[in-house]
Amino acid sequence: MALDVMARASAPIPLDIAFRVEPGEMLALVGHSGSGKSTMLRTIAGLWRPTEARVAVNGETWLDTAKRIDLAPHRRRVGIVFQSYALFPHMTALANVMAAMGHVASGERETRARRLLSLVNLEGLEERRPAALSGGQQQRVAVARALAREPAALLLDEPFSAVDRATRERLYREIAQLRSHLAMPTILVTHDMEEARLLADRMVVIEEGRVIAAGTTAEVMFDAGALKTMGHRDVGASLPAVIEAREEDGLVRLSTTAGPVWLPRADGDPGTQVRLRILAHDVMIARQRPAGISALNVLQGTVTGMVEGEGPGVVLRLDVGGGEILASLTARSVKALELAPGVSCHAIIKAMAIARDDTRSASAPRP
Amino acid sequence: MDWTALSLSLQLAGWTVLILLPVSILMGRFLAYRRFRAKGLVEALVMLPLVLPPTVFGFYLLVAFGANSPIGQFWRETFGHQLVFTFEGLVVASVIFNLPFAIQPAQRGFEAIPLEVREAAQCSGLSPWRSLMRIELPLAWPGVLTAMVLTFAHTLGEFGIVLMVGGSIPGETKTIAIAIYDRVQAFDDRSAGIMAATLLAISLATITATFWLSARIGRRLS
Repeated sequence: MALDVMARASAPIPLDIAFRVEPGEMLALVGHSGSGKSTMLRTIAGLWRPTEARVAVNGETWLDTAKRIDLAPHRRRVGIVFQSYALFPHMTALANVMAAMGHVASGERETRARRLLSLVNLEGLEERRPAALSGGQQQRVAVARALAREPAALLLDEPFSAVDRATRERLYREIAQLRSHLAMPTILVTHDMEEARLLADRMVVIEEGRVIAAGTTAEVMFDAGALKTMGHRDVGASLPAVIEAREEDGLVRLSTTAGPVWLPRADGDPGTQVRLRILAHDVMIARQRPAGISALNVLQGTVTGMVEGEGPGVVLRLDVGGGEILASLTARSVKALELAPGVSCHAIIKAMAIARDDTRSASAPRP
Repeated sequence: MDWTALSLSLQLAGWTVLILLPVSILMGRFLAYRRFRAKGLVEALVMLPLVLPPTVFGFYLLVAFGANSPIGQFWRETFGHQLVFTFEGLVVASVIFNLPFAIQPAQRGFEAIPLEVREAAQCSGLSPWRSLMRIELPLAWPGVLTAMVLTFAHTLGEFGIVLMVGGSIPGETKTIAIAIYDRVQAFDDRSAGIMAATLLAISLATITATFWLSARIGRRLS
């Protein structure tokens, strides 16, 4: 049931990307516009054919340029939610969903379409035309229509970009709930790291037609290599640590190569090896060891590199006792503190969390 | 009032619309969706009858359909009579001459359908034929309808081409526009006036009905 995709092309944009999505899994393709992420979706749907490509779902080959196999889009069992939703404007919500049910006996279509519309919380709006629906409601119709095909792969192309923030957050919750009903591989194309982190199991970060980072959402978020694409807001690094003991006031002490740190909560027996996720914007920098400060966790380190981003921000790479963490600063602070590679400093960590690669890392309260 | 001429005009307009309807849909759709190198040339050729004087156009058709031309010879061998100065010849000329009116509005109609909507139809499992019937035609419909109405009204009023290719044979090629000219030449202003008014009324009624229908369907769609 897995979806295997490989695509290579030199025009209109250079492309060399391959990935696999397991059944029931949601993979986020993250990248800037023009990175090639939407092109990958179009390749899977059959709306575009790269020079060299292979798309196979569930053991069935949809596209194989080497073997000259290329199924027309309407022969590929794919459900797609377009950025603009692309609903059929002359049809009601119900008719939109039924239009994608060519494979279902005609007597059964309406019952099934009504069930799908109620699955996406649109009961009572079946007879409305798209123009009479809000953006969020249109998006739900588009999701129901995509599912109506009983697709072997579900493709979501920036499906939340056209709605306001409040609607978007409600739709996130709905999609997350809907996922328990979905057994097929799903791909979410987005430029928003936070959206990918909230919804997807794994991420593939794409830049200029190439994969620059891939893995579980937690792994990629803390991959310093993905920094350029993801921007300062969301990057971080991870540091190995060992759980040592629970102290009298309830805090848990962990040891790292750079010294001890304390967390309000850490599940696991003493001796358990864990990784600490530290977001770059949760790290402050001081040249001298700070005194009279509420933060418990201060690690000594050395600046190993600096990455300038867009605007006044700079991301600092720090070596802390052999591990690496990132700190997000303004260029003004970097200048004021005379920070440069080789300079030693102290990293004040405002928040961190224990990462678990099998589940999502839960954010720990700030000490 | 020359009823034969009126009936002939309506028949000519009817046949022209009937033949041009599929051409309008297929060519309009093709030109709306596809990009190819010679597209500009094809569009220019389609528009040519619009700028060419009917006499010039009629002259070339006369040469092309004449008894000595390959088309004329083929027609004679197949149907046993010549193409020029017959009703069939008039229909063929009318079809060619109305290409810009039949194709342009339909093309605009298909162009107005967003690409993603057409792609959504494909990705919803609709074959190209089903996509045309269920999604594209209902959306491009006002354009296609406009094309057909313009073709109909324009054929009723065409004069130069009809005279060049058809002559003025009563019951065969003498359309109402020719009959009006004929009556005026014979100083029969009363008959000319009645026929002119009839043609005006028919044309006005056709266009009004179209606008009314478009507005009604437009309201239903939004």
